[in-house]
Amino acid sequence: MTALLDIRGLKAEIDGRQILNGLDLTVNKGEIHAIMGPNGAGKSTLSYVLSGKPGYEITGGEVFFNGEDLLAMDPDERAAKGLFLAFQYPLEIPGVATLTFLRTALNAQRKKRGEEELSSPDVLKRVRDLAKQLSIDPEMLKRPLNVGFSGGEKKRNETLQMALLEPKLCVLDETDSGLDIDALRIVADGVNRLRAADRGMIVITHYQRLLDYIVPDVVHVLSAGRIVKTGGKELALELEATGYAQYQSEAA
Amino acid sequence: MNAEIRAVKTAAEIGLADLFAAVRKDLPGGSSTEAIRSDAFDRFAAQGLPHSRVEAWKYTDLRRLVRDAKPLASRPDAAAKTAAGGAGAVFAGLDVRRLLIVDGAFVPELSDLAALEAGVAIRATVEALAAEEMVLPLGMAGTDPVAALNTALAGDGVVITVAAGAVVARPIHLVFVTTSAAPAAMFTRSRLELGNGASLTLIETHEGPDQSDYQVNAALQVDVGDKASLDHIKITSEGAAALHIATLEASIGARANYREFGFTTGGAVVRNQLFLRLAGEGSIASVHQASLLSGRQHADTTLTVDHAAAGSQSREVFKAVVDDEARAVFQGRITVQPGAQQTDARMMARALLLSDEAVANCKPELEIFADDVQCGHGTTTGALDDQLKFYLMARGIAEKEAEALLIEAFVGEVIDAVARDDLREALSSKMLDWLKGRE
Repeated sequence: MTALLDIRGLKAEIDGRQILNGLDLTVNKGEIHAIMGPNGAGKSTLSYVLSGKPGYEITGGEVFFNGEDLLAMDPDERAAKGLFLAFQYPLEIPGVATLTFLRTALNAQRKKRGEEELSSPDVLKRVRDLAKQLSIDPEMLKRPLNVGFSGGEKKRNETLQMALLEPKLCVLDETDSGLDIDALRIVADGVNRLRAADRGMIVITHYQRLLDYIVPDVVHVLSAGRIVKTGGKELALELEATGYAQYQSEAA
Repeated sequence: MNAEIRAVKTAAEIGLADLFAAVRKDLPGGSSTEAIRSDAFDRFAAQGLPHSRVEAWKYTDLRRLVRDAKPLASRPDAAAKTAAGGAGAVFAGLDVRRLLIVDGAFVPELSDLAALEAGVAIRATVEALAAEEMVLPLGMAGTDPVAALNTALAGDGVVITVAAGAVVARPIHLVFVTTSAAPAAMFTRSRLELGNGASLTLIETHEGPDQSDYQVNAALQVDVGDKASLDHIKITSEGAAALHIATLEASIGARANYREFGFTTGGAVVRNQLFLRLAGEGSIASVHQASLLSGRQHADTTLTVDHAAAGSQSREVFKAVVDDEARAVFQGRITVQPGAQQTDARMMARALLLSDEAVANCKPELEIFADDVQCGHGTTTGALDDQLKFYLMARGIAEKEAEALLIEAFVGEVIDAVARDDLREALSSKMLDWLKGRE
């Protein structure tokens, strides 16, 4: 069986600084992988390199997404193939209504996949149903994307996008940052509803707390741009108790 | 020592003097009009075509940009009238009263003059001039050399009067269209008198063939009565080789509300100069303008807002999207006269540069002679935000489409200022057409 995501020896740098240092990771359909690690380990860089953010230079390694060369694709192609990055800091886009953005994104992906575009009422219905599940006020959908949204509203909006776009691989970059416990529960419930046999997830987090709500199958420790330890969900609890110090020295 | 140095006349200046000498006897109007024209031409000739050392024309050097004087366009023949029929299509299908000005001449038989609303009168400028009406003299704009040239050579246009209290629901659309394939110049003068408490939406569109080398010098003078309400919308989408200079002079009465909207996409060289005077207490004016430029286009908006009475308010928002090697210019000056206390004025100019060779020159100015006012201005120039673009692309939106969304959002603030839904939607689709042209 072809892995959903297969990262082999990935090296990447930005502004001449090497951040990823020969990273290996395989994610199969139906699996949730947590990636934990200290600040500066390369967690966000991994999410950006996977989604194709400009500015990162790949200096080694390969990434296969459903057997295809992911690194050769533009960011929008990656999205259409089913890769979704939930941003740590979702951006505000004044002048672009949230609903317009959602419809444009969904239909752009469908068009690229050769599927029929959905009518505005169809999109609206889907969005409204999902908004309800995520306790998003429908009025918010008329407002410019993320403008004036609270931290919790932005993360719920990311989760709404993810649910609407139905990706094959979800990469959640520190989704818990800036969330109070209630917002965290709503977002985690939204993510858990997306768990499916044909979908994989990478949950990047600094804290174990999120993993109480989104329970992973595998936990990896990332340090200095490499996976230095892999274990089951109990590894997260261990890390909570011992901290990252031992892995930082190990990597150094 | 203070030597007056006058440069040698350019070919265009000599050509304009020859043109005026040749046609002055044939221009519409009686002897008093002729005196006004003659006086205006002298004012032009004394200054010549403005150049970069003239502050108001700093970025639009007409001595360099205008190579020659074109002959006056001939009055439209049957073929020209047929060609003009489809003009003003941007508002096609909307319930507007279309008045056609073809090659500089008002054409009643192509215009909708049926069932005029009570209090509305529409005449050709030539008719008003023949009756020796004082259509031509300008106020604030009078010292500008190009406006003076318009006074000297004005041929035709439309004179509209709306009686006090008349609320005109159906917009009037002045469709200016050039059909001439041969090089030609058009000097039009129009005038709107809006009585106290009256209300009107006036649209102007300007267009012409891409292959034709023509020059437009259009002037509109507007008198907004006390408590009157005017929406003025001007769309400049001239042909690719055209020179378009438009002068707008408006005087705004007490507690009147004036909303100006401008949208420029076409023309090789475009200059929109606006002279607005908030003449009455508590008057309100807003100016929203957008220029979408590509190729080697050059578009200049130069705006003077004169707060001459107490408690007046003005808002100016100018946005330019500049691609390729095009240049956008915005000069905005707010003046507050000594008696104009409690003036509230704010001006913002923003330019979005889509290529490394694109240029934007923004120069906002404040001149304040009163001590109890609130005035502010700002200007920004930048490229599309890469972070925002990546966010959109990461959701599956292709690069060009992501850029279009961001440009649309940037210009949207200006288009949103158009109050009527039908006009706003027509303008949005015109903007989308421009964006499609980029792909």
